[in-house]
Amino acid sequence: MDFYLGLLQIIGVHTLLGLSAYVVLLTGQVSLAQAGFMAIGAYVSAMLTVLAKWALVPALLTGGAAAAAVACLVGFPALRVRGLMLVVATLAFGEAVRLFFFNFDYQIAMGGIKVGPLGGEGFRQIRYFPENGWTTFQVMVFIWLTVGVVMTALWWMDRSRVGAVLRAVGEDEVAAQSAGLNLTAVKVSAMTLGGFIAGVAGGLYAHYTTHIEQGNFNVLVATFAIAYPILGGLSNVFGTLAAVVFIQGFLIEGLRFLGDWRNLLFGALIVLAMNVRPGGLLDAQTMSKGLSALRRLLDPAYGSAAARQAIDGLKDAGAMFRRLIAKWKGAFGA
Amino acid sequence: MLELRQLCKHFGGVRAVDQVSLRVAKGEIFGLIGPNGSGKSTTVNLIAGLLLPTSGRIVLDGEDISSLATHQRVARGIARTFQNIRLFGQLTVWQNLWVAENRDRQQRAQPVMPRWFWGCEGDRERLGIALEFSGLAHKRDDLAANLSFGEQRRLELARALASQPKLLLLDEPAAGMNAQEIEELDARIRRIRDAGVTVLLIEHHMELVMAVTDRIGVLNFGQKIAEGSPAMVQNDAKVREAYLGTAAA
Repeated sequence: MDFYLGLLQIIGVHTLLGLSAYVVLLTGQVSLAQAGFMAIGAYVSAMLTVLAKWALVPALLTGGAAAAAVACLVGFPALRVRGLMLVVATLAFGEAVRLFFFNFDYQIAMGGIKVGPLGGEGFRQIRYFPENGWTTFQVMVFIWLTVGVVMTALWWMDRSRVGAVLRAVGEDEVAAQSAGLNLTAVKVSAMTLGGFIAGVAGGLYAHYTTHIEQGNFNVLVATFAIAYPILGGLSNVFGTLAAVVFIQGFLIEGLRFLGDWRNLLFGALIVLAMNVRPGGLLDAQTMSKGLSALRRLLDPAYGSAAARQAIDGLKDAGAMFRRLIAKWKGAFGA
Repeated sequence: MLELRQLCKHFGGVRAVDQVSLRVAKGEIFGLIGPNGSGKSTTVNLIAGLLLPTSGRIVLDGEDISSLATHQRVARGIARTFQNIRLFGQLTVWQNLWVAENRDRQQRAQPVMPRWFWGCEGDRERLGIALEFSGLAHKRDDLAANLSFGEQRRLELARALASQPKLLLLDEPAAGMNAQEIEELDARIRRIRDAGVTVLLIEHHMELVMAVTDRIGVLNFGQKIAEGSPAMVQNDAKVREAYLGTAAA
């Protein structure tokens, strides 16, 4: 049971991480700095609960705010460059943050033992949850409540003018400028919001693992952060969630029984998923189809229609695969 | 209203715009014409702020705006459309209008957060009028990418008007249109002018330019070679030379 609770915790934290990259991606920016913001949130909030004995929620919010402040500062110079240059700039920043924590010692004695971050050894004894008697289940619920709040907020933001503005900048910067939008303000705001969400994700991560070190926030994590929204699709926040479940739940944990073959399949299945669903795992069309199917399922008058719908859906999937195979055959000249 | 003073834009050794001086009066429709590559689009980009001039000044209502960023010029009342339509294809028709920042100072003074999330007070009416003007009210929630070519042109025009400009720059709005659509465009441009907006029209389609404009400036190789009423420009020897070449003699 604890395994599944642990998996749900990982999925929750990674969903937040993916959503932090989602916000930035909406403006067309690819940021590899999200792991760095996560590290800042993790260290700041853990130091607040462990060393300053703060309560959890204010510590998480402060960690998020610290990450947001850094993201805002980084945003101004970084967003002057575009495309690949921005990727390199944010990558360099993320590594700089990681190396900062590699060299960061701040320990104080508490009850006979020294606690606090200790360079390469990391930050041990983040014991807020055990000390306050939280069970794994309660921690999992707390993480998912946070995910729920963030997803609701972003879902609503997507439908407000802000969502349209972010997407407009992502689609065509020249047209967005000419419609009167201040590109720098929009991009830096997105970066700041993304930094905040990544910081909160880091704080949650630090507290449920109880031990963090610089290696937890490396380039691989940053790559995952942008892979989720790209794989899931940018039409809505649920795409990111679906991608995290797909990667963390299915590819990493679900295929563990395959042993070493899993690593080989991992990349191949991501490529396959992007090939089958170029608009993202959950594109706008699927989403509206799914919503109307759900509505019909809940309506007793359409009970049998829903079953037909499900069969049609399977048929669609079959046709999709046949098309794909035909395409590949063509590619090999068969 | 708008004044260009010895405006220059050089790309390396190429003088795309060279010492151009123009005055556009308030409330008129000013046409800017010239053969391909004569610097018309560069001039529009300079006025809109997408390019910064090498030298010279751009003055709007007595204020030097030469070094302002594009969005600041929109805030001062300059809006534009593009030669190759640039809409936000994955946004709906309504969202395309909603994105446009409002110039009205009173509305810009409203608190930032509600303005960002819901738009200014009175947005609905203002955008409703722009939507009505574009004739796309029935396609309010369609994606802009799914509109037909003519509808996309109309939507882009409506988006430019949504920011309530004083000066509207139209970069070849008739490109790719048929005769009937051009007639509609003619009427639309006049309606915009009648609503108190000054129009700067860059266009290749001579019938439209001659019919709708009050005055015309002619560019060739980045320099202004003529300025005056449509009739004057049509009979100008230099203009004929630029368009038709010199007589073999």
